[in-house]
Amino acid sequence: MIDVSFLDPFQQLTIPVGEWVEAMLNYLVQNFRDVFRAARWPIDQILDLVEGVLSAIPPLIGIILSVLFGWQVAGARMGVFCAITLTLLGLIGVWEQSMVTLSLVITSLFFCVVIGVPLGILSARYDRMEKTIRPVLDAMQTLPAFVYLVPVVMLFGIGNVPGVLVTIIFALPPLVRLTNLGIRQIPADKIEAARAFGCTPQQMLVKVQLPLATPTIMAGVNQTLMLSLSMVVIASMISVEGLGQMVLRGIGRLDMGLATVGGLGLVLLAIFLDRLTQAMGERSNASGAVRWFQVGPIGFVVSLFGANAAKQQVVKPQPKKATQE
Amino acid sequence: MSNTQEILEVNNVFKVFGSAPDKAMEMLRNGASKEQVLSETGQNVGVFDASFSVKRGEIFVIMGLSGSGKSTLVRLLNRLIEPSSGSIKLKGQTITNLADKDLLNVRRNDMSMVFQSFALMPHMSVIDNAAFGLEISGVDKKTRHERAIEALEQVGLGSYAYSRPDQLSGGMQQRVGLARALANDPTILLMDEAFSALDPLIRYEMQGELIRLQKEQERTIVFISHDLDEAIRIGDRIAIMEGGRIVQIGTPEEIMNNPADDYVASFFKGVDTTKTIKVKDIAQTSALTVAVNQHQTIDFSNNPNEFVYLLDSNNKFVGVAPSTVNGDLSLESLMANRITPQFSVNGSTSLKESISIVSESPYPVPVLDDKGGYQGTLSKEYVLSLLANN
Repeated sequence: MIDVSFLDPFQQLTIPVGEWVEAMLNYLVQNFRDVFRAARWPIDQILDLVEGVLSAIPPLIGIILSVLFGWQVAGARMGVFCAITLTLLGLIGVWEQSMVTLSLVITSLFFCVVIGVPLGILSARYDRMEKTIRPVLDAMQTLPAFVYLVPVVMLFGIGNVPGVLVTIIFALPPLVRLTNLGIRQIPADKIEAARAFGCTPQQMLVKVQLPLATPTIMAGVNQTLMLSLSMVVIASMISVEGLGQMVLRGIGRLDMGLATVGGLGLVLLAIFLDRLTQAMGERSNASGAVRWFQVGPIGFVVSLFGANAAKQQVVKPQPKKATQE
Repeated sequence: MSNTQEILEVNNVFKVFGSAPDKAMEMLRNGASKEQVLSETGQNVGVFDASFSVKRGEIFVIMGLSGSGKSTLVRLLNRLIEPSSGSIKLKGQTITNLADKDLLNVRRNDMSMVFQSFALMPHMSVIDNAAFGLEISGVDKKTRHERAIEALEQVGLGSYAYSRPDQLSGGMQQRVGLARALANDPTILLMDEAFSALDPLIRYEMQGELIRLQKEQERTIVFISHDLDEAIRIGDRIAIMEGGRIVQIGTPEEIMNNPADDYVASFFKGVDTTKTIKVKDIAQTSALTVAVNQHQTIDFSNNPNEFVYLLDSNNKFVGVAPSTVNGDLSLESLMANRITPQFSVNGSTSLKESISIVSESPYPVPVLDDKGGYQGTLSKEYVLSLLANN
């Protein structure tokens, strides 16, 4: 008996993690529910705003706007691509749900950027911060979503807002990591040069580190968006609406048609967002001397109208072209 | 203090890298060597007791092989690396005691740096790069662009102001780096192996550019280099570093003629000294000269020289004639038999540059000063023997 317990001490020795968590959760729910409810407020506001705007835009206008935006950030090809994916979304009949999902994704992206970029900056500056934050990020990324779905429901209730919350938990880590990485991998000589010319830490961040890290940060934004999209399906279990809801309902009723349409919508939305953010990242990476007002629809309009007004803005880059050729 | 010639004074500066510099410093003060410190404390001594001063308007070259601590030393000057001990004074102001804010001001106004890797900001246009230092100092956009354009024009890149750095070649990028440093109008320019990353031809061109700028602007420059030819070409004075220690300071000629130790001497072994030797320093004065205004007949009967050098009353060279002209050794005859074409070299040219003239000339080439004054001659045999002993 003694031998057995010596060789297998875990028969008696156990840490009752499960019981502790349960007790703590109960305590929190009983005493701090209002606090957590209040924490919903900012998410609620942003979500309402985004959803209000997106659902108020008629599909055709939405497609035109996205085409113009795509054209502006990544050229005419991107514009055509936007038109195709969004038209397909409309054609398979999931426009409305897509807009709900899109607003959830945009809201969670907003909070991820607001929280993640500063965290990334801090962990790039302080090694201790990075060491502390790393296991937390690991946990956020690897912990199965189902594990924190239940406590979130107990504390925050169900619906879109807790849905955004779990999405933030799941999608935040890559942005923090890539912001950190982006800043840390800036060549030391650039940092040294900035120091040699008398940069304060603030100036260093704004004028050197963030601009040079932008492509990497944009890759983080892209990853965060993709993770958010994959999360909305799981979040639909706590009654989050949109495309995820369609998929969940389809599976529940063994309605493969419904599930497939929802899934297809998600894929189309993912491709649309992925391409768009990647193109934005590449643009921030590109170092051509062309200014934003010289390309895309804005460049088109500028070159059409106000030739005089435009000249004043465009006149600077022109001598360079003359001398280079 | 500030009106002395010495603009930068460095006194007994040490830099110890490692986790416990205090203990290492203690040992160094008690006379321990760099190797002892490393083996006993594990601390690496980057700069060991460096003292020197830089005069206003000179190019001071710090030269050494990689790992000799020269790049560390230049970073101690603007405290990109904090010195472990010692004092550094710029225009009488002690840099080493400055609070952070004052240090920023020194970096913004008094010291600009040019980097081996150029270190331009890829997200900024050339003009914004050149204006970077001014932007950091809070100069408004219009003023800083004007000054940046001015600086870019000084380095010959005025028309590339709106290009991106990655559209320029290496040499042009370093010109931008130079313009960025010049735009601040610094008291002292720190150039850390500024031309080492460039290919030899461009490097030579940039050295010329720097010499030209220096003639126009009389800046004070601390130039780091591992290239002795470069150091000799641009440096007014050279400090040679070895293992964190400054082993010798002096003008290129001083160091070359009196190397402090074998290490310094070995440095100059591979050097083409013909580039640095001025012909006026080696010209032979044994040739026969006559003053042409004296009407007389000169007896050259016991004269071993084949040629006679004719000078006027101001010691000015007027021609050379063979000393064996038909036995007629009168001045008139010598003047009439002057050899054409005339060859001569300026005394301040280097031996290397003079060799071709020496080899072409049928007679030992007269060495003249800027006003045509005779300083001596160079014969083929003499130059060859010099080269053989070199």
